[in-house]
Amino acid sequence: MRTAKIIGLIAVLAFAIIFPQIFSNPAVITVAIFTLLYGTATVAWNIFSGYTGYIALGHAAFFGIGSYALAIMCVDWGIPGGNIPLMLVPVAGLIAAIFAVPLGWISLRVRKHTFVVITIAIFFIMQPMAFNLRSITQGSIGISLPIPHWDHVPFHLPFYYYALGMLIVAQIVSWWIRNSKYGLGLLAIRDDEDRALGLGVNTGAAKLAAFVISAFFVGMVGALHAYFQGSIYPAFAFDPLFDIAVALMGFLGGLGTLSGPIIGALILEPTQRYFTMQFSENGYYLIIYGALFLGIILLLPEGIVPTLGKYWNKWKDSRNGAPLQAGDMDAKVQGNGPAKDEVRS
Amino acid sequence: MKLVVDAIITGILTGSIYALMASGLTLIFGVMDIINVGQGALVILGAYLSYYLEQNFHIDLFVGLLITMPAMFLLGVVLEWAFIRPIKRDRTTLSILITFAIALIIEGLLGIFFTNNVVQLQAWYVTASLQVGDFYLAYVYIFGFILSVVLLGGLYLLLYRTKFGFSLLASMQDRTSAQLIGIDVERVSAITFGIGVALAAAGGMAYGATFAFNPGSLYDLISRLLVIIILGGMGSLRGALIASLGMLVIEDVTSVLWSPVWATTVFFVLLIVIMVVRPQGLFGRLEARKQ
Repeated sequence: MRTAKIIGLIAVLAFAIIFPQIFSNPAVITVAIFTLLYGTATVAWNIFSGYTGYIALGHAAFFGIGSYALAIMCVDWGIPGGNIPLMLVPVAGLIAAIFAVPLGWISLRVRKHTFVVITIAIFFIMQPMAFNLRSITQGSIGISLPIPHWDHVPFHLPFYYYALGMLIVAQIVSWWIRNSKYGLGLLAIRDDEDRALGLGVNTGAAKLAAFVISAFFVGMVGALHAYFQGSIYPAFAFDPLFDIAVALMGFLGGLGTLSGPIIGALILEPTQRYFTMQFSENGYYLIIYGALFLGIILLLPEGIVPTLGKYWNKWKDSRNGAPLQAGDMDAKVQGNGPAKDEVRS
Repeated sequence: MKLVVDAIITGILTGSIYALMASGLTLIFGVMDIINVGQGALVILGAYLSYYLEQNFHIDLFVGLLITMPAMFLLGVVLEWAFIRPIKRDRTTLSILITFAIALIIEGLLGIFFTNNVVQLQAWYVTASLQVGDFYLAYVYIFGFILSVVLLGGLYLLLYRTKFGFSLLASMQDRTSAQLIGIDVERVSAITFGIGVALAAAGGMAYGATFAFNPGSLYDLISRLLVIIILGGMGSLRGALIASLGMLVIEDVTSVLWSPVWATTVFFVLLIVIMVVRPQGLFGRLEARKQ
């Protein structure tokens, strides 16, 4: 079982690495880059929201901060297009993380229900800031980033591998947290925060740390996204649909699971790109997106990975001839099941 | 000084309109533990319904409420039945996502039917104004204020003087116990959701007559409404009323004294101050441990 998993993992990685060689069409690579970016963002979002159960719907604020941080650094320091902006992407992520400290501290003073509302409110307040702080952000005119160019390498390739690298790092961090004592503390917060506190988990610091880690990666995603797009505007850098997209991918794949966010992003991002291309006319795109969202949450509230895991366990039990005990399924499904979850990518 | 007084009066009058929308939102949260992020979209939908009736049938805006409010009440009941009731676990979180999705669908539909052009509701009282001493007040603000007072007064009577109100308050206090003493909590929830959405329709009409709007206005609205109900304390009607009046007065005074650009930022600063000092909001209860 274990070797099969490792072989599978290596196969997936190898495929991801040679992907640009197989599909040289720039449009396909572009979709792949967006998928990797959203995958990273969803993995990062899951580190906080999935593990602690605090659903954050304001991570687009960190996406925006990351993209503006990179754009402002590039313009102010007169940095030419090329590799330097790529090196500055982690710095932009760090800036987003620094912003996340006070924002997280304020919003985490309340429990789950109010927390969601506060994250939404914070997002809606950051967006007008980008419009209004004209001296820094140039308002609605937006900022143009340096045009990337590379010698002897196609335009898309460095972005693709950079995004892939980000996704892998984020996934390793997620995996490490999931298997560490710290991660167990986060899961304990999700299941019963007061009991976790009673058992000696420093819940406040643990939540804030997870929030900052996820903001760091989302900020990096925003920065790379901005560099790839070439220019940013307040309305696109701070996009409420980003929050919804990330949450939707997390829920579709399976909240709190390791592989769920990636699977969710792999399925949804290309679908979304397709719909945007087909129905970019105002309105239809929003309706399809909303309907998709409703369908996923009402029909598959647990997400793909936990549901598959449930069937896998059921099938294995029936093959072993062990009679299924009453309440057996519940025990496996309880708490969204990541702790007992066997499926990992 | 005159400008400041003027701003305070306008703030109170517009604040009463926000109170209508926010009371629907906070009522739904109090009874059902559900945060209706779609409230902003429903307000805009209400505004467009009034717009449609006025444009095509020449029905007066306030008379039109007799049609739009029952219609929106029914829509609320249907939404609750179709999308909120099926959620079995993690109600609060999932409800936020679901109502967000509903908001997106409404935004898309409005964009198709009414385009994204900015419109404003028209009536004689939108442009005419009343002179009191040195102050000019558009009649629509005054009528909107009266509408809010009447509707919120009606809501008060419904909650504190009727049997349905008692069962609603009981469900608000403790859902399980209310069920145990024989209250049909599901029916109460559906009607509450309907009332909240009907209030959004009324608020939408008043909003549409005082501000120009398009389908995208829902984002601005919902962010303000959310801040208002957090500040007032989630689930507290009194808090929602005071917070909406207070916020709008402060916003208007800021835009007079400083700059309209920064008026909304005051929301943010206040939110932070209140969250640091009093995380449960002005009139909220501390979230007790949920079993």
